[in-house]
Amino acid sequence: VEFTKVAADPSIVNLGQGLPDISPPSYVKEELAKVAAVDRLNQYTRGFGHPSLVKALSQVYERVCGRKIDPLTDILVTVGAYGSLFSTIQALIEEGDEVIIIEPFYDCYEPMVKMAGAKPVFIPLRYKNDGNSASSADWVLDPAELANKFNSKTKAIILNTPHNPIGKVFTREELQVIADLCIKHDTLCISDEVYEWLVYKGNKHIKIATLPGMWERTITIGSAGKTYSVTGWKLGWSIGPQNLIKHLQVVHQNTLYTCPTPLQEALAQALWIDYKRMDDPDCYFYSLSRELESKRDRMAQLLQEAGLKPVVPDGGYFMIVDVSTLNVDLSDVDEEQPYDYKFVKWMITSKKLSAIPLSAFCGPETKRQFEKYIRFCFIKEDSTLDAAEVILKKWNKQTA
Amino acid sequence: QTHILSLSLQAKMSRPVQARRLEGIEKNIWVEFVKLAATYSTVNLGQGFPDFPPPDFLKEAFTRALSGENHMLHQYTRGFGHPPLVKILAQFFGKLLGRDLDPMTNVMVTVGAYQALFCCFQAFVDEGDEVIIIEPFFDCYEPMVKMAGGTPVFVPLRPKAPKDGKLMSSADWQLDPAELASKFSERTKAIVLNSPNNPLGKVFSRGELELIADLCVKHDVLCISDEVYEWLVYDGKEHIRIASLRGMWERTVIIGSAGKTFSATGWKVGWTVGPNRLLQHLRTTHQNSVYHCATVAQEAVAQGFQRELELFGKPESYFIQLPKMLQQKRDWLVQSLDAVGMKPIVPEGTYFLVADISEFKSDVPDVPDSDEPYDSRFAKWMVKNKGLAAIPLSAFYCESHKNNYNHFIRFCFAKEEATLKAANDILQKWKREKTSP
Repeated sequence: VEFTKVAADPSIVNLGQGLPDISPPSYVKEELAKVAAVDRLNQYTRGFGHPSLVKALSQVYERVCGRKIDPLTDILVTVGAYGSLFSTIQALIEEGDEVIIIEPFYDCYEPMVKMAGAKPVFIPLRYKNDGNSASSADWVLDPAELANKFNSKTKAIILNTPHNPIGKVFTREELQVIADLCIKHDTLCISDEVYEWLVYKGNKHIKIATLPGMWERTITIGSAGKTYSVTGWKLGWSIGPQNLIKHLQVVHQNTLYTCPTPLQEALAQALWIDYKRMDDPDCYFYSLSRELESKRDRMAQLLQEAGLKPVVPDGGYFMIVDVSTLNVDLSDVDEEQPYDYKFVKWMITSKKLSAIPLSAFCGPETKRQFEKYIRFCFIKEDSTLDAAEVILKKWNKQTA
Repeated sequence: QTHILSLSLQAKMSRPVQARRLEGIEKNIWVEFVKLAATYSTVNLGQGFPDFPPPDFLKEAFTRALSGENHMLHQYTRGFGHPPLVKILAQFFGKLLGRDLDPMTNVMVTVGAYQALFCCFQAFVDEGDEVIIIEPFFDCYEPMVKMAGGTPVFVPLRPKAPKDGKLMSSADWQLDPAELASKFSERTKAIVLNSPNNPLGKVFSRGELELIADLCVKHDVLCISDEVYEWLVYDGKEHIRIASLRGMWERTVIIGSAGKTFSATGWKVGWTVGPNRLLQHLRTTHQNSVYHCATVAQEAVAQGFQRELELFGKPESYFIQLPKMLQQKRDWLVQSLDAVGMKPIVPEGTYFLVADISEFKSDVPDVPDSDEPYDSRFAKWMVKNKGLAAIPLSAFYCESHKNNYNHFIRFCFAKEEATLKAANDILQKWKREKTSP
């Protein structure tokens, strides 16, 4: 909330908040325009998810997961993936529970776990690389360290793959390590997979719920906003076994009851269009990631040329950057704040470029570890990236 | 892998997977009755939504918002409310309340009034707190209070016999002042007021509101004022906002709904209006539960309010036309029900009407020792056998009071003429079948 206010100034090139400024595909916009004309779609629909939407979701994900998914019992439609996270945590987590959160983490996980009365237990991704190239794959969990975080109080682990902010796409082996621990300790897995379609060449998104022993203990969360570049539609979903989803449905019926009808219908229609072409490379699920890959590469190059050290992501639409190489001295600024907060504020005011400090995504113990990184969002129009290029090229000239 | 489970793991596996806050709130009347209506009904006067469309100007606003060059309406807007919407709401309600409202701090947009209610209970109610709920009540208040760890305390509206020959009115259902006062204790954190009231249609009078206000001030209690039907008042009655009474602005959160205001329940846009010292806590709950509401619907609702602000008090105002139209429908349904012997309680507001079905009891025999309240069995029988869907009044009472008023059902009359006529046909046929041998 803090940073969106600062960057609301239109003179600032905003690569901060995860907000596409590219247009959603035209057929998605058209579907929404069409539904406005259908009268009954302006009234309440089924609380746990509009029938045509849950049907479309079940078809898409049956194909992806290779298992039968019941649209009425295995799916809940929520107000964004944010709403799914909230419903899942309120349904399954309570006082006395511990929840493992991998750092850096999407910032809402911690307050949501706390609001449910539980204790967040943090484990950081650690950078392991000898060479020069920095990739999100260089950031890994230490298996022994992870195993130590599990105990009899561990109710759940929150997994985010592809990962925000680093862009890491967890490999099958890495997921297996997590899965083994979940099974051993009878722990649930809350798998935030909103960026599931945004994986770049050489990488594959694997659903932890498809690993043996995991379907029955996993809630998988997805997002229309990230799938179709329509964050303002605020539609997401939770998919899992009936015996878990039914509790999420109870939370939902006691919090907001139904999600907006016209948006759900439009989303259903868009999903059908892409479901029918899931064998075709033009399917938006694949074409968007191709479009973003070239933006990713351009962004990485610009940052390198400016003397910064980007961590090239394997997935997602964020890129973290090590800014310590620039040696910007901010010691005269307010001592209390981590370096990256000060850096971003300085960058916004003096360079007119915004990003998000990485320590916003960390628990209290690890803030120092990540305070030399900031996060850029690259799901932006070419014109926005052009404006960023101008700033970064000038910057390089100034420091040279 | 070891086959010997540790004791702590065994203990963990034998506990329920779900959180304790879900205890006692798993059941939901709507899930069951909406399914029944969808399966059996030919005429659905059950769930509260209009079967006529939203006004053209609102649909046009939605289309305009989508067709513009600005595709950023498909992206996140301000979490606490889309700026054009909170600005117009602040203006509009500021005018109604005679107050200067700050759109950023005195207004917050929610996913329907339902989510506004959720934020209020989460923000203000803790374990050990009591919340007074007036029966009959919109059913979600009770589970929401419980989910927040609070204790609901119920006080009923009690029916007074109407004057001879007259039909009962929702105004005849009243609180007993002494009984109400007795419900306030040092543990009372809030009272939920719903005026106009769903399901009865009661529009609380100034005197009744002052009674409640005095107790709130005396006991330093918050008021969660659910005013979603604020425009649906009939017979020249006035909807009075309790927040405008002395001492009440600082302790009241007003809840409103675009769904009810503009006949677009499926858009799920609601709002809260109140002092910053209360709204700041709603913002905390909101930013940790849904954070943003859908942008395009907020943009269209903002435009709807802009139009209404310009036409305020004029005959073309939707806020004047809608109640006029609904009053007529109310009167039709009252007539239909009265003609066949179902005794309607004429509502002063909302688009609901409750009727006494005692004269039809012979069709649905009593089942002694049944767990289910009579009116619930009646309503189920009616939808399955007559194709007419309505909601049992017991749905709006707490568990222990469900049998207090168990021969009433609630009808929604926000329906096209054809629907109401079809309902009349069913009722007439039913009556004929009863009287013929």
